[in-house]
Amino acid sequence: MSRFLRAARILLATLREIFDESAYERFLYREQISSSPGAYAAFRREFEEAKTRRPKCC
Amino acid sequence: MNPTDTNTKTDTKTDKSVRQTGSILAWGAVALLGAAALGVIAVRRGEPINALWLVVAAACCYAIGYRFYSKFIAAKILALDSRRATPAERLENGRDFLVTNKWVVFGHHFAAIAGPGPLVGPVLAAQFGYLPGTLWVLAGAVFAGCVQDFVILLFSVRRDGKSLTEMAQEEIGRIAGFVAYTAVIAILVILLGVAALIVVNALKDSPWGTFTIAMTIPIALVMGLYLRRIRPGKVLEVSVLGFILVLLAIWGGRWASLNPLMAHAFTLPGTTLAVLIIGYGFAASALPVWLLLAPRDYLSTFVKLGTIGLLGIGIVALHPTLHMPALTRFVDGSGPVFAGKIFPFAFITIACGAISGFHALISSGTTPKLIARETETRMVGYGAMMAESAVAVMAIIAACVLEPGVYFAINSPAGVVGQTAATATATISSWGFPVTAADMQVLAHAVGEQTLFNRTGGAPAFAVGMAHIFSQSLGGATVMALWYHFAVMFEALFILTILDAGTRVARFMIQDALGHIYQPLGRTSWYPSILATSALIVGAWGFFLWQGVKDPLGGINSLWPLFGIANQLLATVALCVATTIIIKMHRTRYAAVTLVPLAGLVAVTFTASWHKIFDQEPRIGFLAQARLLAAGPATNATARVIFNNRLDAVVTAVLVAMVTLVLIESVRQWIVVLSGREDARVKESPFVPTRLAGEQA
Repeated sequence: MSRFLRAARILLATLREIFDESAYERFLYREQISSSPGAYAAFRREFEEAKTRRPKCC
Repeated sequence: MNPTDTNTKTDTKTDKSVRQTGSILAWGAVALLGAAALGVIAVRRGEPINALWLVVAAACCYAIGYRFYSKFIAAKILALDSRRATPAERLENGRDFLVTNKWVVFGHHFAAIAGPGPLVGPVLAAQFGYLPGTLWVLAGAVFAGCVQDFVILLFSVRRDGKSLTEMAQEEIGRIAGFVAYTAVIAILVILLGVAALIVVNALKDSPWGTFTIAMTIPIALVMGLYLRRIRPGKVLEVSVLGFILVLLAIWGGRWASLNPLMAHAFTLPGTTLAVLIIGYGFAASALPVWLLLAPRDYLSTFVKLGTIGLLGIGIVALHPTLHMPALTRFVDGSGPVFAGKIFPFAFITIACGAISGFHALISSGTTPKLIARETETRMVGYGAMMAESAVAVMAIIAACVLEPGVYFAINSPAGVVGQTAATATATISSWGFPVTAADMQVLAHAVGEQTLFNRTGGAPAFAVGMAHIFSQSLGGATVMALWYHFAVMFEALFILTILDAGTRVARFMIQDALGHIYQPLGRTSWYPSILATSALIVGAWGFFLWQGVKDPLGGINSLWPLFGIANQLLATVALCVATTIIIKMHRTRYAAVTLVPLAGLVAVTFTASWHKIFDQEPRIGFLAQARLLAAGPATNATARVIFNNRLDAVVTAVLVAMVTLVLIESVRQWIVVLSGREDARVKESPFVPTRLAGEQA
């Protein structure tokens, strides 16, 4: 059961990383602010350039 | 000595010996099973085989390749060191550099490398039969593609996450760096043109498909607003919502196709779709991303990962029969999908399913900045490419479950099989693959289309195969149309996301370069520069798209090989970098690990390029086709096609010339190092011991 839970936790963490939810949490932690439309807008601005520079494969 | 100690030692030795014997027996069984499955795939002729043989052969090859070959590379060549701090640890900044769980990095890396290439290439190559594609996907991945991704990832990790271009410049020379940079732009442009063409061919004259894809724009806008205003940052949650809305859009597409007014509005010819996609690409590159593009990207990734997983489960659960023979008559080079013999055209057509130069960009991009320990590069680099290769095997299965006559009717251009259903079916049946116009009409009706003839590009054939597999497991024939349009939506959404992101990446690269000439041009927030560089990139891939749409041979015949050549040439550059570093690391005796795939790629790409430029057969050689058209009656249309063919020949020649320069410079470096005329000094970051508690091996 614990193995199953661990696998589920890793899967969720993977999805949260792929979908940038973890990145947003790190941003909130780093800036010491809570989640809000303004905070998310600031996060998107900061990540926009870095994310769109990432190549995606064929 | 205490007799108890002696007994404990004897027990430990016995345990070890039992484990070793068990391991040898287990791996021996895997090898035998894999050999048997490959034997069935290779030897069986004249009767259909079950898709499970391909699955078993692939699983065994991957297991043995990972367990033994990647371990050999890790131990003997790369000497992975878990005590050495990675850039994620040393340079951690909470943004790019971040120590991350290896499975999370694996997921991240796989989501970035899995594009439409491994789905489309193997479907096109299925014209040779299932055997050539399957063998190359398995051997190419285990011995070339996985190796390239693995070694480039590790070398980037040891160089603070430097890019392929930077490594080429530092380890080989300035020319190599320049060529890598130019090759990346060229590949992006050709890839984007071909990808857009695949979408156009899948959506032309298809009101259902066009409606569904059009609906993803308002869905993405809703997602963008939800993310920004209602639940900031809850991407997974909004992706589930978006997915449900997309399913509703697929269902609504049926209504649109049956409503005369809507059907008329959404039944668009290829040229109109091309103009719309070019306009969309320009807007996507020039406008802010948060409202439309970012949510669409998330939606696409969600659908992509889900669908690939679902297809894998469907194939294993259903294990359908492959109707395509092991080898078809088209191994002689006369294939209708694309012209050319197995060697070299099967190799450059399959491209990403076996080895992709583009992966080297990801392996030297985001991923090396997330790796916590060097030892994890094996699982992430080698392992993720194996997963991508498995996606290619699924694509082969999806194409080969179709009756061959149906497969060729869908994938053959009107210029080859004829304009009408009667002539097309007569031509295809005369090849020994019986199909009737009535069969095709029934199938088109079942998937909710007016016709399935001449739907070149691979995507519609893949969608029909996928719908065939899905409908057998869920819902039966009554929902085949829904599954078909789900598959088309999946591919189109996926490709449009590549168009968005690819155009922006290329725009940034051009702006970076132009910034060295005139500084404001390098500013990514300066609108004149944004508009000019966006127009440049969209104009470049739009040119190839337009060329494909107007091509009487369907466009794919010319453009996919061009893309394959460009992609494999980039892999050649990556393997040159890898071999040079291995030689500089004094591991020359093992250099064959990258040198052999490099030699193979050079043989394949240079031969393919030669054929595409100089072959006397007009369906293969660009110049021969230009000459043939020039000899016929002159019209505006033929003048344009002649120009396009000559341009394609020049593009191919320039790419080959550039990679030849890299090869020459690499060989010069190897000779200099091996003869001792120069100090073999790699440009690695200095060793710093890791401080990650409890993480050491």
